[in-house]
Amino acid sequence: MRDVAVIGVGITKWGELWEKSLRTIFVETALLALDDAGVDRLDSMYVGCMTSGLFVGQEHIASMLADYLGQNPIPAARVETACSSGGLALRLGYIEVASGMNDVVLVGGIEKMTDVSGYEATYALGTAADQEYEGYHGLTFPGLYALMARAHMDKYGTTREQLAQVAVKNHQNGSKNPVAQFPFKVTVEQVVNSVMIADPLRILDCSPITDGAAAAILCPVEMAKKMNKPIIKIIGTGHATDTIALSSRKDITWLEATYQAAKQAYAMADKKPEDIDLVEVHDCFTIAEICVTEALGFVEKGKGGKAVEEGVTAIGGKIPVNTSGGLKSKGHPVGATGAAQIVEIVEQLRGQAGDRQVKNARIGMAQNMGGSGGSTLVHIFERE
Amino acid sequence: MEGIVGYGAYIPRNRIKVEEIAKVWGADAPSYKRGLMLEEKSVPSPDQDTITMSVEASKHALKRAGIDPAEIGAVYIGSESHPYAVKPSGTVLAEAIGAVPDVHTADFEFACKAGTEGMYVALGLVKAGEIKYGLAVGADTSQGAPGDALEYSAAAGAAAFIFGRENLVAKALDTYSYMTDTPDFWRREYQYYPQHGGRFTGDPAYFKHIIGAAEGIMNKAGAKPSDFDYVIFHQPNGKFPFRVGQMLGFQKEQIEPGWLVNKLGNTYSGSSPLGLTATFDISKSGDRILIVSYGSGAGSDAFIFEVTERIDEVRDLAPKTRDILDNNKKYLEYGVYAKFRQKIKMAD
Repeated sequence: MRDVAVIGVGITKWGELWEKSLRTIFVETALLALDDAGVDRLDSMYVGCMTSGLFVGQEHIASMLADYLGQNPIPAARVETACSSGGLALRLGYIEVASGMNDVVLVGGIEKMTDVSGYEATYALGTAADQEYEGYHGLTFPGLYALMARAHMDKYGTTREQLAQVAVKNHQNGSKNPVAQFPFKVTVEQVVNSVMIADPLRILDCSPITDGAAAAILCPVEMAKKMNKPIIKIIGTGHATDTIALSSRKDITWLEATYQAAKQAYAMADKKPEDIDLVEVHDCFTIAEICVTEALGFVEKGKGGKAVEEGVTAIGGKIPVNTSGGLKSKGHPVGATGAAQIVEIVEQLRGQAGDRQVKNARIGMAQNMGGSGGSTLVHIFERE
Repeated sequence: MEGIVGYGAYIPRNRIKVEEIAKVWGADAPSYKRGLMLEEKSVPSPDQDTITMSVEASKHALKRAGIDPAEIGAVYIGSESHPYAVKPSGTVLAEAIGAVPDVHTADFEFACKAGTEGMYVALGLVKAGEIKYGLAVGADTSQGAPGDALEYSAAAGAAAFIFGRENLVAKALDTYSYMTDTPDFWRREYQYYPQHGGRFTGDPAYFKHIIGAAEGIMNKAGAKPSDFDYVIFHQPNGKFPFRVGQMLGFQKEQIEPGWLVNKLGNTYSGSSPLGLTATFDISKSGDRILIVSYGSGAGSDAFIFEVTERIDEVRDLAPKTRDILDNNKKYLEYGVYAKFRQKIKMAD
């Protein structure tokens, strides 16, 4: 297999982009990635998108996006593993370049979520849960993660304030990210007094509904060297699945797919958690970040809440988590989230992350999760 | 010079508090009160509708105008809750006040700006010399679906204005309209309750159009915010008028006299017109007033009025808006409110 580098990334301002359509958002973003990479043609592309059918009534988007990007007739595929679709696009693009099948591949993600009402968006997102065993009985995603939070609190003594501190930290980071949907700071008091959604989760524990896209350009490291580009190598990839129904798991506080995907990525990269300088994780709810940091091996099982309280996961801490602001502050256009994690890691490893720069960052990780943890992608990147 | 010769307001006496509604739906009343700056809203009785409230408000306007209703050449009601889908509201009003048959009548509908739409046309006909007097009413018994955010604000009330050329209470110095096709809120035929685009009703809808109309009329008139003593913006909740006022450079003190929504709710087509009546009630000769309505769909009408000395003669000839709002209130429980608003399905 060939070594693969990320040579370009692109992201545009996220939020409620009512004046832009799905294709416009994607094309504007993809063009930034092409400019950044300094290439004007692609060999193929993968686009992560969870459910454009339910959100904008359009399927078959990969060919359409390739068309509007001026890249027909290249092969283009839309890939889907719920909220980890963007991470899956990266993995498939990586495999294609590593295998020698193609050289220049765009991997990205898009979701246009605000064309439907809140109820319709909740339903669309709910299709990532087990409809027969969860959805039809009334469970929504806030409900599922609330169950996980409640169990984590009971089992490990995680506190309401510790959950809030995840949101406080991520908004603090996001306040320095120009593309973030909600680039403002919040306090613990604001989080614990915000509107109740699903006990114990309140509105400021939840990631928002967002329109947005992100894209990255991959090519073989040998080619990148000839192009005289800063080289961010993909040194590890992992992909694992778990039951998509929470009720089928032995322990609902433990994210087995995240653990398994990380294990693969660490082994491939020959790295340990201590080697990672920063990590972007899938904080769709505050409790998710706590569980993910445990499953990735950055903190001991059950100690995720304590770690955020002690500043371990802050910029300047032992392992900075979600320097971009995470899903919480930056936004969560579901299919684009995994692709946006690449953008943050690349900017950090290039030393271009501005006020939120992690000093001397050399190795970064991205963890992207679908549903309540039924699928997970983990990637490790290294600056050469 | 053309302008307003008489104005009048009407608000039903029933009220329901935000807490009473929130209790039923398990909603967080403090966050509604804080977030939307709403405390209570008016509720029509079962025998009240857009027509009856229009008649009440128009009678008050006639008292202040002191004119012969037979000389009114146009009667317009703007509302999104006309009692009939087919059959005009305006004919009943024209008949009730004695303006028939030598009169032009029309019902207007443009979400929450139907009231100012009627005002715009009535003033235009007076300006054109087609009619001596024109009556325009903004009235609504607004609908909000049970449990929807709108239920906390959808209220009832009416404001009436008679336009003419002599004995003016307020001169109409300028008008301006700002319009785009922006579907932020709608109700189709046979639907009982409106639907809305949630947060889409904010920036690209309310704020864009109010700012467009306010800046447009100020450019046209060569005026700036500090040239006005008072300003009234459409009031879908308590927060929006203050926020849009701040964005445009108005002070809280200019907005407050016409800001009724915390105790009144959103009377849709009656909203900014009722704010104008409350502002006239406390104004004095020479005061300049800017009013900017907003109707979903979407558009804003703006007017600049200058109050004349006749305000002191007419102010007390009919009930003042704040007095109607603050006195003689009757608080309803949700069950009675649901019955009054026909939210309970009865046997055929």
